[in-house]
Amino acid sequence: MAGSTPRLGIDMRNPIEIKKVEQMAENLAKMDPVKGRSLWQDARKRFFKNRAATASLVVLGLIVLFSAFGGLFAKWPNDEIDWSMLGQIAEMGQPSIQNGHYFGVDELGRDLFARTIQANQISLIVGFVGAAVAVFVGTLYGAISGYAGGRVDSVMMRIVDILSAVPYFFIVILLLVVFGRSIIMIFVGIGLVNWLSCARIVRGQTLSLKQREFVQAAQAMGVPPFKIVVRHIIPNLIGVVIVYGSLLVPEMILAESVISFLGVGVQEPQTSLGVLISEGTATMQYGTFWQLGFPLAFFTLILFCFFYIGDGLRDALDPKDR
Amino acid sequence: MTLLSVDNLSVRFDTNDGQVSAVNGISFDIDRGQSLAIVGESGSGKSQSVFALMGLLARNGRATGRAVLKGKDILNLPARDLQHIRAEQIAMIFQDPMTSLNPYMRVSDQMAEVLMHHKGMSKSDAVASAIRMLDAVRIPEAAKRIHMYPHEFSGGMRQRVMIAMSLLCEPDLLIADEPTTALDVTVQDQIMTLLKSLQAEFNMAMILITHDLGVVADSCDDMLVLYGGQVMEQGKTVDLFSNPSHPYTMGLLSAVPRLDQKTDRLVAIPGNPPNMMSAPSGCPFSPRCDHATDLCRSSVPPLVAMGERLRACHYEKGAVS
Amino acid sequence: MTKPLLSVANLSVTFDIPRRGAMPWTPKDALRAVDSVSFDLRPGETLGIVGESGCGKSTLARAILRLLPSHGGTVMWLGQDLLRMGKADLHTARRDIQMVFQDPLASLDPRMTVGQIVAEPLITHYPNMTRAERDAKVHAVLERVGILRNMVNRYPHEFSGGQCQRIGIARALVMEPKLIVCDEPVSALDVSIQAQVINLLMDLQNEMGLSLIFIAHDLSVVKHISDHVMVLYLGNMVEMAASDALYANPRHPYTQALIASVPVPDPNYVKPAVDAKLAGDLPSPLSPPSGCVFRTRCKYATDLCATEKPKPQDAGDGNLVACHHWRDL
Repeated sequence: MAGSTPRLGIDMRNPIEIKKVEQMAENLAKMDPVKGRSLWQDARKRFFKNRAATASLVVLGLIVLFSAFGGLFAKWPNDEIDWSMLGQIAEMGQPSIQNGHYFGVDELGRDLFARTIQANQISLIVGFVGAAVAVFVGTLYGAISGYAGGRVDSVMMRIVDILSAVPYFFIVILLLVVFGRSIIMIFVGIGLVNWLSCARIVRGQTLSLKQREFVQAAQAMGVPPFKIVVRHIIPNLIGVVIVYGSLLVPEMILAESVISFLGVGVQEPQTSLGVLISEGTATMQYGTFWQLGFPLAFFTLILFCFFYIGDGLRDALDPKDR
Repeated sequence: MTLLSVDNLSVRFDTNDGQVSAVNGISFDIDRGQSLAIVGESGSGKSQSVFALMGLLARNGRATGRAVLKGKDILNLPARDLQHIRAEQIAMIFQDPMTSLNPYMRVSDQMAEVLMHHKGMSKSDAVASAIRMLDAVRIPEAAKRIHMYPHEFSGGMRQRVMIAMSLLCEPDLLIADEPTTALDVTVQDQIMTLLKSLQAEFNMAMILITHDLGVVADSCDDMLVLYGGQVMEQGKTVDLFSNPSHPYTMGLLSAVPRLDQKTDRLVAIPGNPPNMMSAPSGCPFSPRCDHATDLCRSSVPPLVAMGERLRACHYEKGAVS
Repeated sequence: MTKPLLSVANLSVTFDIPRRGAMPWTPKDALRAVDSVSFDLRPGETLGIVGESGCGKSTLARAILRLLPSHGGTVMWLGQDLLRMGKADLHTARRDIQMVFQDPLASLDPRMTVGQIVAEPLITHYPNMTRAERDAKVHAVLERVGILRNMVNRYPHEFSGGQCQRIGIARALVMEPKLIVCDEPVSALDVSIQAQVINLLMDLQNEMGLSLIFIAHDLSVVKHISDHVMVLYLGNMVEMAASDALYANPRHPYTQALIASVPVPDPNYVKPAVDAKLAGDLPSPLSPPSGCVFRTRCKYATDLCATEKPKPQDAGDGNLVACHHWRDL
């Protein structure tokens, strides 16, 4: 439009101004790609705003560090009996700094500090690895079943239903008794059941994701089904899976503890929090409260941390928030 | 006395990222039998302005200004007093009838609840009145259908049920927030015809919030064009359509394809809808306006009378071609 | 006359709906979402498909692309039947037919960057392309639709609705297809942004010789962008005509009613004298009326309409009308 007010305050009739605009355009074209703000970053920000969750993460981190490196500070190995204590555990076995038994001794005179560290290690490993395996298997199974749909889905889910009906504890205990009490067996036993609910949850999520338009777009594009599951469905499920996984870890620890409490868990001299709690409960009548107190404290602390973290994760990853 | 007189209504929200100004200084008068259209796109603040009137703002929202209904300022009234205004004097219908009706209650219960609460009627009287109202909105076999659940009605019928429910207490003013956006065009036609006839029958005032210029042209005497929370142009519908004087109004009219005309190319308004979180200084439309100057970008143009209409633009009308 | 690019003949899509409270083995009800629809599309042309809710237009689009199973009919694409092609042939055909969806944000994977989203078709169909070649193509197509290349690492939720739709169009364009099926591409956008996207689509069509199938419920938009328009009602085609002819001279009572209901943004506009308002409600697609599916709402229905389903008849100039009495109206 001739004679109209110039745009951007630049007079397009002036060649110097035109050069300026061209330079600007060139700079714009060379501009480095701007870093995007992914949904994960948003979620991370929201998670750290949650004080309880952040504090729990810190505490859990400390416990993990303690379990990994605390053994360096132990004065006593975890299976050596302190003969000087025998017969007088109740009087002399209390926690003390001088004789190196920071947490006291257990009923057989073994250092509780070292044993607690070892128990933490076992419980945390069982918790994390068990949950990881259950989540991995469950996610893959559920996503495939949900995406495939139709008969395949029906069959796969009926298998899950049947396995769910199996009386879990009996089978685990049976396995442990028949095949011996090893850590592998515990994994097998616990892992056998816990992937089932994960599979169900993931399948449900997959069914609703399948209807979303970006999945239809990928189908229209010709992306093969397995690639759709791996590239589109699973990354959009991870939020749910992470939250579920974080709540599964304490369940695994609990399950392992129950098994140990019943006496069919890890073999001596290895120990777990469940075993220690079991032993501690049995000797309470003698006044040796530290034998129950320390393992129970760690146990409760670990579980609470995971609950708060799981809660924080669920709020942070809430899909309703963009 | 004018039925409703809104003066300099503004709405602000306190968010984590600072204060967001959703509506900035809307003023209008409306009387019984009149119809006003509030036209705008996303981010224009059209829904928030009427939510402020009804006391339906989110908890972090603050409304300032005045809204005088029959001589009394109803803006920011405490909830208890608002209860008497709602449904009895001002009624509101929303866009999505599926989510506005309670899916777990029968329609008869939902409608009777309104009458029992506001007019103290007995259940049987309330249901009888409700059936009469359903007849008025032309729902076939009203006496039988009233006992059904919302999901058993079609989209158009659900919207009629909403309209019937809003008219139960014979309000003076009906606010319709995008009532036909979610409906098919033939159903939209039926609903708009119905609304117009009911408005005449009950001699109500009607405020229609919409982005559809066709509906505005068909149904409303006056219109108010909002952009980025501010009034761009305001006046009689006939005037604004035949002689738009604001770049935004003109842009809107050229951007809409018309059934009765042939155009080679739509004249699109460049740019994107305003982001109210980072509102520009000056005129909110300046980033997209072909005629924007530094003045437009730095100072908000005042709403100035131009003949019978009001207009907020630094640009001289004569030069806008 | 040039050979048609896409030739759909008697395409039908039926859904099996289980009856309420029935046993798993009782036969299910058949919902004919699309009932024997036929049309031709020539290169460079735009076919608009209009209809109201439940008319089957989205189902039709997805059936053509084989995103849904269909029951009967053929879809001839460059001489081969899309519906009966082997997997490998279908995969190759998918390079040339792309789709743009209604909800701009929902059609983009929220966990992928915009660059990854637009690159995905290239990765799927040309796995041997180098990273550099791919990036170049992605940048070029994004710029063509008006997205700055430095936004390539941003995520969909950081863009506005109009921009997301442009990204969807970029994704459809990157393969340089022959046909793009647009399923209500502008319905979820603001009016001012609709115009931008419509102009973009029309420009692209002119530049690249694209064919478009444009599905919408907004008649004004469809009229503007289409060469031919097909009107659907309850899965049946009721009329198909050249765009201008359809609006100037609608022959089917449903088309007349549709056109009469569209509000025109002009307070002085006088609606045509024809009183073509529709009465009643849409019948349930599970039990459509016998014969002509429109007869329950048609002022001119006769006994013939109840017994015999009208076949599309030629009304001159390539216009098709599915009505027994169109000559008398």
